[in-house]
This record gives sequence, structure tokens and C-alpha cells, in this order.
Amino acid sequence: MVELVVYVWDSLPLVLQLGLKIGAIILPLLAAVAYYTLAERKVIAYMHVRIGPNRVGPRGLLQPIADAVKLMFKEMIIPTNADRYLFVIAPVLALAPALGAWAVIPFTGTLVLADIDASLLYVLALTSMGVYGVVIAGWASNSKYAFLGAMRSAAQIVAYEIAMGFALVGVLMAAGSLNLREIVLAQSGGIHQWYFLPLFPLFIVYLISGVAETNRSPFDVAEGESEIVAGFHVDYSGMGFAVFFLAEYANMILISALTVIMFLGGWQAPLPFAPFTWIPAIGWFFIKLAGVAFLFLWFRATFPRYRYDQIMRLGWKVFIPVTLVWIVVIGVARFFTPVGYWFA
Amino acid sequence: MGSPDFSRPWVTGSPDHQNIAMISRFIKTWLLPELIRGLSVTGGYFFKKKFTVQYPDEKTPKSPRFRGLHALRRYPNGEERCIACKLCEAVCPALAITIESEERDDGTRRTTRYDIDLFKCIYCGYCEEACPVDSIVLTDIHEYHFETGASGTISKQDLLQIGDTHEPAIARARQADSPYR
Repeated sequence: MVELVVYVWDSLPLVLQLGLKIGAIILPLLAAVAYYTLAERKVIAYMHVRIGPNRVGPRGLLQPIADAVKLMFKEMIIPTNADRYLFVIAPVLALAPALGAWAVIPFTGTLVLADIDASLLYVLALTSMGVYGVVIAGWASNSKYAFLGAMRSAAQIVAYEIAMGFALVGVLMAAGSLNLREIVLAQSGGIHQWYFLPLFPLFIVYLISGVAETNRSPFDVAEGESEIVAGFHVDYSGMGFAVFFLAEYANMILISALTVIMFLGGWQAPLPFAPFTWIPAIGWFFIKLAGVAFLFLWFRATFPRYRYDQIMRLGWKVFIPVTLVWIVVIGVARFFTPVGYWFA
Repeated sequence: MGSPDFSRPWVTGSPDHQNIAMISRFIKTWLLPELIRGLSVTGGYFFKKKFTVQYPDEKTPKSPRFRGLHALRRYPNGEERCIACKLCEAVCPALAITIESEERDDGTRRTTRYDIDLFKCIYCGYCEEACPVDSIVLTDIHEYHFETGASGTISKQDLLQIGDTHEPAIARARQADSPYR
């Protein structure tokens, strides 16, 4: 039986094999995105001492499906003065990088679609692409609110991209590799080896920049309902809106996965002996992923939206200096102090 | 505006105290204690018992004085209580009640028309207070709707019908409230 499966798999053309592998990542990811929206509504409801959606299916578990069906059947209106071509392509541009970056995410030491050498650079490049979807959507809508939202989003992402990049420079200095799998392997040996301890300031900066990068509360001025209605996607309806929605949540899951890989030891158990090793590696990866993803929802339920100038101040005048200083600290600590092994 | 204020109000006292104040301020700035306190508040509420009443499935108790949809009551022998005294019509602040009456074959005065415009009614309960024979009452029914504008007025037949079907509940509510009247 096993031989047959292996034989059939090997006899498939390479394109089909790759397609199946991509499908095996993308489809569960889209399901996770759908249920992440439900999780968000439930978590925020619980923190508001409400119970959240519980009418569609048992305990509301079919709610995301009902939402998806509703959005699919709604009319997608393209405003008369919009740039039709860009208007339609913008949601796709927002979603594609969020999905594409998963090609290099190592779920375990062996389970990774594309184990390329510079996967960290690939991830940085793709996550930066996401903002084009937002900017083009704001431009193509030809509406003041959408345009304001797009400009805010562009400025915010430029500011936080730098801090995020510097935080990752710290990780790559410590790990000595740009390959995500090797970054995780450099953190093996237990929870005290995970980079969130020696690189604590960078971990905090990365986490907060991640929230800002995904335009999530408390950094969600790009959609800021109270002042610019819904920001960049105010003119989108039906599937166009649904794809933006998917992109936002896919990005959150991606940032969670990257945080786990860079700072929380990826698929490694907190301590390298039983009972921690009873949970398989991929299980640890998803447990940590869910924990960081929960943080995003927790932040949204807790913090009020930042004022726009405060966002800029935090990005440029706090995070970038902090990361720069800590990069120097890593370098000095690694080569001139007795605790240097901790930073490697 | 004058010159900018460069004073640091948090730095007071002797140089030692100044240093301690600056160190604690530094720590407070970087360890984000306010944010963590905020997270702990919402985190605590996450596990609290939820207040939500799942309305059509769960209902909160209603007072016997609840003032809902109107009804006209009957005596136990089946005779309608209303004697067309028109006190309710007179007291109604919203002018929602319209009554016409004439003498019945047995010589008693009865209503031939008793309409309540539910769009005008403000559910104050004065009609019930005014009624000398406890005929017009406000029941605890509050889940009803109209599908056309014309159906906002209910007639004597409708009111008697509501009274007939809900008499046990109406009587129970009056009984429960009687010690306070």
C-alpha cells in the first residue's frame, strides 16, 4: 500500500507534485484564516463579557462558512470613477504575498516546501509587497477616505518595516544564517535558548511592528472606522472585500508563524525531554502559532487606537534606535563577554 | 508662547533621589507596565461568567406590573366587564382609545366599539388605573408586531380575545400586585 502511494506520487509530473504540495499548505491555511475570524469574534466577545456568535451550527462553528457564502453571493460594485483594472487587482496583490511567504515556512525540520538559503530575505521581500495591495486599492477607488487610508498605511508600513528588518538583523546575527530552518535549529536546547530571551527588546519590537505591519488594532489607522469609515477598502464589496479580509487575517497568521520561528524556537519543545517531547514537533509549532495569534486578538480587545502622530513617533524615534542599539549589544556580547554563547 | 519648558517635573529631591526616579522611570518606559495591566484586565474578563441572556431561549423575569399589550376582561360568568363609562377614554393622555356605546336589550349600557390605536398608545397604564370594573388591563405580552399600518388599531373583539386567552396570567399578576394597591 505504502509502496503504491510512493510509486503513484513519484510517477506524477513535477508540476502536479508541486501543485499538490502548495494546495496542502494553502487550503488548510485558508480554512485557518476563516476560523481565525471566528476566533477573533469569540475572543473579543469573551473579553467584553459577551458570548459572541453561537447561532450558526454547534457553538457557532459554521459562522465563517455562512459569512463566506454571504460575501460570495453579494454584488461586487466597481465605482464609476474607479480605475477598474487596478481596483480588481488590488485585493489579489494584498492576498498573494501573505500566501506566497508560506513557501519557506518550516513546519518541522524536514517539512518545508522550499528550503532556500535566503528564506529570511524572501519573507521580508514578500511581506513588504503586501502594502502595494493597500496603496493601489486606495488609489484605484478614487475616493478621499480610501486615499487617506492608503497614505496612512503606506507611511506606517514604511516606518515599521525598517524596525522589523533591524529586529530580524539581530536574529540573523545571533543565528548566523538567513535560512529559517537553520534559525530554528540555532535555538535548539530548550526554552532558555529561544531568542526571545537574549533578544528580548527585538522580540517586543518585532511583535509590535508585526501588529503595525498587518494594520491591526491598536495600529489600525489605515481603516480607522471612526474618522475615515473603512479606509482603503471603503469602496469594496462582495468578493473584493472578502479577499482583503482574507489577506489581513492571512498576514496575521504569517506574522505569528514568523514570530514563532524567529523568537520562540519554531517547532522545538520548550525542554528537550519527556513529557514535552511527547507532543510532535509540528504540534509545538501550531501550539506556539496559536498562542501568538491569540495575542493579536487580545491586543485588539485591550488597547485603544493609537493617534497617528504617536504611531509615527513610536516607529521612527523609539523602535529604530532600540533595534540599532540592541544589534550593537548582540555584537559586543557575542564576542567580548562570557555570555556570548547565549547569543549564538 | 514664550520659551519652551525644559524642566523635568519628575526629577525632584536630592541627586540620589533624582537618579532613582530616573531609573524607575526608565524601567517603567521600557517594560510597558500599563500595557501589561491593561492586558491582565481583559485577560481576567475572558474567564468571567458572561452576562448575555440568549433572548428567545432565555428570558428575564417580568414584574407583575409590566405594562404590555392591552386586553378586555370578562367576569367568571362570561359577561364582559366593560360598562362603557369612558373613564379610560377620558384619562388617556395619548387619545388612543375610541369608545362608542348604546343600550343593550337587557337595559345595560355596553360598548359597541372599543378601539385602541397602538401606535398612539404610550403604555402608561392610566386606563387600567381609571377603570372602575377592572375591565381594561395591560398584560405582560410584549412580543407582537403589525404587518400593515392599518393593523395598528385593535378592536373590541381582539381585546376580548386576548383577555380570554390570557385571563389566568392576568389574574395572577393582579393577585401578586394586590398587597401594594
